[in-house]
Amino acid sequence: MAAATATRFCQQLSSVSDMSPDWTTKEVSTGTTIMAVEYEGGVVIGADSRTTTGAYIANRVTDKLTPIHDRIFCCRSGSAADTQAIADIVTYQLGFHSIELDEAPLVQTAANLFKASCYRYREELMAGIIVAGWDKRRGGQVYTVPVGGMLVRQPVSVGGSGSTYIYGFMDSNYKPNMTKEQCLHLVSGALSLAMERDGSSGGVIRLAAISESGVERQVILGNQLPKWSTA
Amino acid sequence: MREGLKTQDGGIQYDLSASTFSPDGRVFQVEYAMKAVENSSTAIGIRCKDGVVFGVEKLVLSKLYEQGSNKRIFNVDRHVGMAVAGLLADARSLSEVAREEASNFRSNYGHNIPLKHLSERVAMYVHAYTLYSAVRPFGCSFILGSYDQDDGPQLYMVDPSGISYGYWGCAIGKAKQAAKTEIEKLQMKDMTCRELVKEVAKIIYIVHDEVKDKAFELELSWVGEVTNGKHELVPKDVREEAEKYAKDSLEEEDDSDEENM
Repeated sequence: MAAATATRFCQQLSSVSDMSPDWTTKEVSTGTTIMAVEYEGGVVIGADSRTTTGAYIANRVTDKLTPIHDRIFCCRSGSAADTQAIADIVTYQLGFHSIELDEAPLVQTAANLFKASCYRYREELMAGIIVAGWDKRRGGQVYTVPVGGMLVRQPVSVGGSGSTYIYGFMDSNYKPNMTKEQCLHLVSGALSLAMERDGSSGGVIRLAAISESGVERQVILGNQLPKWSTA
Repeated sequence: MREGLKTQDGGIQYDLSASTFSPDGRVFQVEYAMKAVENSSTAIGIRCKDGVVFGVEKLVLSKLYEQGSNKRIFNVDRHVGMAVAGLLADARSLSEVAREEASNFRSNYGHNIPLKHLSERVAMYVHAYTLYSAVRPFGCSFILGSYDQDDGPQLYMVDPSGISYGYWGCAIGKAKQAAKTEIEKLQMKDMTCRELVKEVAKIIYIVHDEVKDKAFELELSWVGEVTNGKHELVPKDVREEAEKYAKDSLEEEDDSDEENM
């Protein structure tokens, strides 16, 4: 969604016409659908796997779920370069902080570090990030840091260009205090719907469940995606 | 160089700067700084089930002093308090250092600074002043106490050498040995702040030397469930109750002494 606005803006600015394909000029973007859900004892996070430069799919098996620490992940949407750079910086800062404190870092700390970078450089960046993980003080938590650098904790959060298509689905199907399996089912169903409708989202579904015992990752391949229509 | 200057009996002085070790491996300047703390009146801090209580024996050198001036207990952050002994001016400057550390931490990481980390940061600062001949070590020890939802009650002490220690109960200043003996008698892990504040007042009254030091003011502060995590001076009614308990206990002991005679 944010990526679409950016690409239109760039088109007006650049002098290149229809002579060359758009993927020679467009920025690499994780068009994306990402989401994260809190449950009792942890969080479930999910993302699609499509990276685009304009209309060309530069990577159809992208991993947008990036580990920041042992029990803290972030879901990246927006500019691929910007989000990778920010994630690297926060990984360094959080790792240093954790060694200093001699204990596992809080999810809230990670989220604040993302916010600090995203807000300070808001004019230069295009990054919508969801920070999710587990810590022993407050359990599973989801924090969203959208474009602009706001920070807010939510029990459920969706992001990326494909998220617009699933707000209604989330509002009607999310209930508090779900189990891990129910969350996985909800996330994969929602992502599947978004990937069906959003041109910038697609590929495979990547899921991760983060809790005290660790991180369990899984992939749902294209032909195994939850089906919502008979077509 | 002055370090090679011979004293009258022919021995060489190793105590003139913090950048010199003595032959038996001591840094005298740091030890002298600790003597400055021992000359000061007593301060104690005790950690209990649901909070931390500080008590300071504040010697009143003149009747002309306004009551409550020259406080020896500082607020470092909303949830952190600091009681000091030694050179008060040095302690004040360190309280500013602690405040900045706590504030910067919250600004960078978005939550309260854990007390262990704060005491290590301030201890590192104190230690830096024990390395160079151009500066002198800080002449004060201080006790940091905090209460928050995540860690519960915490108590740490930092001394002029720049080491920090975690405690359940701790005393600094001239009567620290006597105070430690009294503190060891308490079962602080099972006590609440309300019970503990009376015991802290009693200990200060016990260790106060009526002969050598005349008047004193008792400064009491606490942080815990009872204050909703905010460090503050104990309210007037609680303090009066605590002082009454302290004075009554002392009289009882005096009476029991007389009976034994």
